[in-house]
Amino acid sequence: MSARERILARLRAAEPGAPVAPPDVAAYYAQRPRLTPGERLQQLCARLRASRADVMVAQPAEWARVAADALHLRGVRRLALNGEVRAEELAATLPPVIEAVRFDGEIESWKQEMFATIDAGFTPASAGIAATGALLLNHGGALPRTLSLVPPISLVCVDARDLYDDLHHASSSQRWADDMPTNRVLVSSPSRTADIQQTLAYGAHGPRELVVVVIADGDLA
Amino acid sequence: MSAQPMHFVSPAQFRDRVSEALADDGLRDNFRSAMNFLRDKRASQFPDPVETEALRDLGEAVRKHALAHLPALLEKLETNLQARGVEVHWAETPGEACAIIHRIATEAGATRVIKGKSMVSEEVELNHYLEARGVECLESDMGEYIVQLAGERPSHIVMPAIHKTKQDIARLFEQKIPDAGYTEDVDALIRTGREVLRERFMQADIGISGVNFAIAETGTLWLVENEGNGRLSTTVPDIHIAMMGIEKVVDTLEHAMPLASLLPRSATGQAATTYFNLITGPRRPGDQDGPRRMHLVLLDNGRTQAYADAQLRATLQCIRCGACMNHCPVYARVGGHAYGTTYPGPIGQILSPHLLGLDDSRDLPTASSLCGACAEVCPVRIPIPSLLMRLRTEANRAPGAAVAQPLAGQGASFSVGQKLVWRFWSGIYASPGRYRLLRWAATRFRWLAPRRQMGWTQHRTPLRPAARSLHDLMKARGQPR
Repeated sequence: MSARERILARLRAAEPGAPVAPPDVAAYYAQRPRLTPGERLQQLCARLRASRADVMVAQPAEWARVAADALHLRGVRRLALNGEVRAEELAATLPPVIEAVRFDGEIESWKQEMFATIDAGFTPASAGIAATGALLLNHGGALPRTLSLVPPISLVCVDARDLYDDLHHASSSQRWADDMPTNRVLVSSPSRTADIQQTLAYGAHGPRELVVVVIADGDLA
Repeated sequence: MSAQPMHFVSPAQFRDRVSEALADDGLRDNFRSAMNFLRDKRASQFPDPVETEALRDLGEAVRKHALAHLPALLEKLETNLQARGVEVHWAETPGEACAIIHRIATEAGATRVIKGKSMVSEEVELNHYLEARGVECLESDMGEYIVQLAGERPSHIVMPAIHKTKQDIARLFEQKIPDAGYTEDVDALIRTGREVLRERFMQADIGISGVNFAIAETGTLWLVENEGNGRLSTTVPDIHIAMMGIEKVVDTLEHAMPLASLLPRSATGQAATTYFNLITGPRRPGDQDGPRRMHLVLLDNGRTQAYADAQLRATLQCIRCGACMNHCPVYARVGGHAYGTTYPGPIGQILSPHLLGLDDSRDLPTASSLCGACAEVCPVRIPIPSLLMRLRTEANRAPGAAVAQPLAGQGASFSVGQKLVWRFWSGIYASPGRYRLLRWAATRFRWLAPRRQMGWTQHRTPLRPAARSLHDLMKARGQPR
């Protein structure tokens, strides 16, 4: 018998114990009060700011300029992004001093350059979570994971229409379990640690700064 | 740079370590202030007791459900991981788990391993095993890195370097890291750690991580962290190896939602950690990065023993938040190292007897006042005090006594003398005639009580039976019996 078979056999031979009903997770979240779109936006921004993210709310026509200004202000010279629609909008708006860098092929050919020369990375978020002030990044395909991880500044945009009350609300509405990308990441602050005498320090191993632009039109903004 | 191996935890050493820790004022200060900090942070995240209790009920229900279906869920997890190209390995012992990882490294020609935080890798002493075989194994979690640099082991499962002050760490960095001067500025210390480790992430052949929740339905590994080292370890190296105890699986992604809320709030008092990192398989065609190969090592190491018994099974509900140690009056006073086990504090006291056997851990269940603070804060409602009582019973059960699910080391604390004393006591108290006889003798021959009464007379006057029993006094006052 293999280790696998022996472990499973021991588990199956265990005392049965009292019967256990399946947990009704949906019912728990259903009885929680729902937020209005305005409250969601307000809560997301407040939570993100409380964890040291720089958050701006901008109109659809304005967001790229707002983002480009934020990068310019921080002295960014090389911005890594992909070929997605929002990235193209941003790239078209960048001032001449900021170079848009697009990596072709797999990481082995550009790892060194990513670690050594990129000041900021841009990642569009697929959802925002109001309760925890978190942004959902669906990495995989043409959206490399390192974009939101290796450069010292992480720039993320999120559409105000994609905000949800909590993690359960987002995952059930967007049906996450039906199609898991290689790497779903929820990010709620710049990288941080309190491992030295419980003193909070930012920029542990990931980005030192998290810059968020929420794209909201009309009455929401 | 390898950590000191600590394969064997002798009960005698446990008592010595407790005495040493209690005499160390600096250590007690560090733990007291750290515990106060973490307790306040946790309390701030659970302002509404109604919501808190409902969420704890749900967390408990999720974990109980997962354990009730554990063998089926492990097979489902395995099938769905394999469908995504993840190789799944099963290990019964720490030695097997280490050998599996060493074989993966050897086959890939890998010599440099970078580690995210994994308590299971501590449990199997992976660093020591790999370094002895020429594979460099570097911790990248700031706390773990500090502890490894100091040649120590974690003293807390969430905050490994909690026993150290910033002055300790400043001196350590000055001594061990070239060109790092002495500074007590925490930001500067973290910057130093970041710069040293950044290069290593890029060069590493293998990244090793733990797992917080494994989702059977989707074959997803859910990692919870703040620093980004977990993401780097599971993204940049060519090979990712994840390690987990067999109990970490839950059925569906939805089931993980309440746990993902309970864990950071209970552990560090955060609504959510900086990153929730949900990994579903290695790099796919069309992906630009991520590891090209991915492995999961499932470890038993005594967990099936806890599982076999319907009461002790609750031990495996644990999601490793550390709230029980943060609220334990014993842990706060003796610190994490005194226990001598990978998992210290209340959870370590109920888990370690299964990992190590009661022979090596017989004193752990007694290191508790049974105040119940641990059970009150446990996000998945593990009844820790009753499990401690049960383990005390098993440690004192006659070694040969036949029981349905005997524990390794059953009867490790069994003593014939003590057994006889209790038998004598119950014999006396079970019969009014014998009880009256003893009362008569105890009051008449009270001067026979010894002057030295072991620990009692170290600080107190000797005990001696009274000249007249309560019964006699009451009779003299004419009270009805």
